[in-house]
Amino acid sequence: MSKIIPSTAKLLAANTITKAVPPVSATTSSKYSTKSEAKFEIKPYKLHKLDKGPALSTTLTSEDALKLYEHLAVLRRIETASGNLYKEKIIRGFCHLYSGQEAVAVGMRAAMRDVDSVITAYRCHGWTHLMGVSVLGVLSELTGRRTGCSRGKGGSMHLYGKNFYGGNGIVGAQAPLGAGVAFAHKYRGDGGVTFTLYGDGAANQGQLFEAYNMAKLWDLPCVFVCENNGYGMGTSVDRSSASTDYYSRGDYVPGIWVDGMDVLASREATRYAIEYCTSGKGPLVMEMETYRYSGHSMSDPGTSYRTRDEVQEVRQTRDPITSFKEKIISNELVTPDQLKEIDAKVRKEVDEATKQSKSEPEVGIEELSGDIYYNNLEPYIRGIHPNAPLEHVNVMPRN
Amino acid sequence: MASLVTKKSVLFAKFVKNASNNSKRLSSHFIYFPDNEKPVQGETTKMNMMQAINNAMDITLKNDPTAVLFGEDVGFGGVFRCALGLQEKYGKDRVFNTPLCEQGIAGFGIGLATAGATAIAEIQFADYIFPAFDQLVNEAAKARYRSGGMFPCGALTVRAPSGAVGHGGLYHSQSPEAFFAHAPGLRVVVPRGPIAAKGLLLSCIRERDPCIFLEPKILYRSATEEVPVEDYTLPLGKAQVLREGDAATLIGWGTQVHVLLEVAQMAEEKLGIKCDVIDLQSILPWDEETVCNSVKKTGRCLISHEAPLTSGFGAELAATIQDECFLHLEAPISRVTGWDAPFPHVFEPFYLPDKWRCFHALSQLINY
Repeated sequence: MSKIIPSTAKLLAANTITKAVPPVSATTSSKYSTKSEAKFEIKPYKLHKLDKGPALSTTLTSEDALKLYEHLAVLRRIETASGNLYKEKIIRGFCHLYSGQEAVAVGMRAAMRDVDSVITAYRCHGWTHLMGVSVLGVLSELTGRRTGCSRGKGGSMHLYGKNFYGGNGIVGAQAPLGAGVAFAHKYRGDGGVTFTLYGDGAANQGQLFEAYNMAKLWDLPCVFVCENNGYGMGTSVDRSSASTDYYSRGDYVPGIWVDGMDVLASREATRYAIEYCTSGKGPLVMEMETYRYSGHSMSDPGTSYRTRDEVQEVRQTRDPITSFKEKIISNELVTPDQLKEIDAKVRKEVDEATKQSKSEPEVGIEELSGDIYYNNLEPYIRGIHPNAPLEHVNVMPRN
Repeated sequence: MASLVTKKSVLFAKFVKNASNNSKRLSSHFIYFPDNEKPVQGETTKMNMMQAINNAMDITLKNDPTAVLFGEDVGFGGVFRCALGLQEKYGKDRVFNTPLCEQGIAGFGIGLATAGATAIAEIQFADYIFPAFDQLVNEAAKARYRSGGMFPCGALTVRAPSGAVGHGGLYHSQSPEAFFAHAPGLRVVVPRGPIAAKGLLLSCIRERDPCIFLEPKILYRSATEEVPVEDYTLPLGKAQVLREGDAATLIGWGTQVHVLLEVAQMAEEKLGIKCDVIDLQSILPWDEETVCNSVKKTGRCLISHEAPLTSGFGAELAATIQDECFLHLEAPISRVTGWDAPFPHVFEPFYLPDKWRCFHALSQLINY
C-alpha cells in the first residue's frame, strides 16, 4: 500500500479496518489521485432524546473511497442482473430490488465490525453480499441453484450468511428476532451489536413495538434501522403512518434521522450507534431516509402510486452512487480512470456470476425432505401414498 | 372435455397440452375445468376469478351503504387487482389502504363489524394471515359466544389469496384452511372458479358469522367462465357434486378440484371407471351429508389438498367418513396431499398432489 500512496501509509496504520488487498493493482502511478484524504460535511442529523449526535463531518481516505465505491457499484450491478434474470423467468417467485438504497447498507457495513450482526427483511440481496457471501452465492440462490447460499431452497427472500440472520419474508417479523440476537451478544459479552433492519411499511407492525420494549427494558445492544424508502409496498409514508418521524417512534428509545442517500452519513451514524450501544446505553432507532427505484417487488411496476418524474428526479439529484462519485472525484480522492477500472471489474464479476447462476444445477430432489427437523424421529416424511414415502435427510452436518 | 385426451395419451403430449392450456406457465399442474351450469338465469359476462370477486364486492358496495373494503394497497386494487376501480367508484372513505399490519387489519375489521358495518378485509396473501391469527381465532370466532349473542362480528369477511401459484415459494403458497377449521365460530370457504367465487363471496359477506374466504390465487387470471351479471348467492356449508360415478368419491376444494376432475377423466379412459367428484367449497362447516351419501354409494374415497398431510383438513373428513360409512367402505380412505415439509421454492412441482399422484392413489384404491 505504501508504495502506491506513500502519504497514506501512516494514516492507515492507525486505521482499524484491515486491508487485505489494495483496491486496485498499481500499473502507472499517474493514474492515481494525489490527495490521500478529504473532509466532508454531513447533512445534519435529527435527534430524538439524544443530547449529542454523530459527527457532522468526516474524513475519507482515497483507499476507503474506492472501497465504498466498489461496494456501491457491485450492489447496483447485482440488482440489475437480478431484474434481468427475473424478466428472463430464470428467477421465479418474488424478488425485491435494493437499487437506490445502496448507501444505507454500504455505509453501515463500512463502520461495522466482524462481531456485529445483521437481520433484515426480504430486500436482502445487497446485504447478503456485504456480509460476505459471493455474488454467485447470492445470484444462484435467486435462481434456485445448488451454489446458492441457502442451497437454492430459500430463494430471493431467504439469504443467509455469517452473522447475517437472513432475509425474512413476513413484514416486521424480523424485528423481535433482532432483539433476541442482540440479547445473545449481551449474554455472551462479545461486544457485538445487532442491526435490525425494517422498512417504513413494517414500522407500523405491532411486533416492532414489542421488540422496542424488550430491547429497552433489558438495554440490549440493538440498533433498529428503519430504511424509509418512502413507500410501504404501494402506499406512501404519509398515507400509512400517523407519524413519519420514524426515528422518534421508539418513544423511550432514542433515535437519529440520517440521510440514507449519503454513504458517509450512513457510515458515521453507524459508527456512533456502535459506540452508543457498546457503552451499555441500550437500543437506538436509526431512520435512514432513502428511495427505491424499482417497484416493491418485480410484480409491481412502481408507477401506479408515484410519478415517473419523481423517480427520475431522485435518480438525477440524489442517487447514492452518482453523488458519491462526484464528491470523491471533485475532491481529487480518486480519478475517473480508477472508477472506470472498478466499474469494469464489477461488471465482469457480476456477469460471470450471472452466467454461472444460470448453468448450475439445482440440488437433488431428495432435499425436498431435507433438513425439516434436526432429528426426524420417523425415517420418512408423510404426505403421499404410504408406498412411496420420502426419506428425511440431514443435508447440513448436525453438531 | 373427454375428447381432449382421447388420442394423445403419451406423457409428453399431455405435458405440452397441460402447459399450453394454462396461460403458458410450464409449472402449472392442472387443467382448468370451467363451470357450465349457471346458478341463476339471465345475462352473463365472461369473467376471470379476479373480475368475479371484483363484481361481488362492487355489488356489495353499491347495495350496502355500510359496506367498507380495506387492506394493504387495495386503493389501487390490491396486488391481484381484485378491488380494481372500486375506490374511484365508491370513494376513499369506503375503499382504502391500511398500513402493513395484519393483526391491526383483522382487529380493526372485527371492531368495525361489531359496530354494525359490513367489513371486507383483504389480507394480501394467506401466508400473511398468521400475525392476524390471534384476532381471528381468539376474538372474531368467539365474539358472539362470549357476549351471549349481543356483540357478534358476523359482518366481517376476511379475503386472502392462498394456495400454490407456480413459483410462490415458502411465503406465497400456503393453504391455511385447516388452521381456521379448528376455530368454532368461524366459517371457512374456498371457491374453485369465477361463478362459485362470486356466489360464495356474496354469501360470506351477508352471512351473520365471520368468514375466512380463501381465494386460490392461481385461478385469478387462469380461470374464466360465463358469470351471471346479476346478484346471486351460493349456499355456505354445501358441497357440490361436479361429476357422478359409482367407483370412488374424489373430494377436493379450490384448485385441487380441477386436478381431481382430470383424474376422474383419466380413470374413465384408462381404468374404465366413473367417479364422483365433490367440491367441498365450505371447509367449516362442511357438508357431511353430501360427502357421506356419496361414499356410501361408491365405497371408496380419495381426499386431496395442497396443504400438508398431518392435521390437514382431509384428516377431519376421513375421520368422519369412517365413522359414518364404516360398513360401506371397500378400502381405507386415501389422502393425497402436500408433503409434511415447508412449501418448497424449487420443488413445487414435486410437492403438489398432482394428477399423477392422485391417479396412482386412485388406482390402488380401486384395486385394494
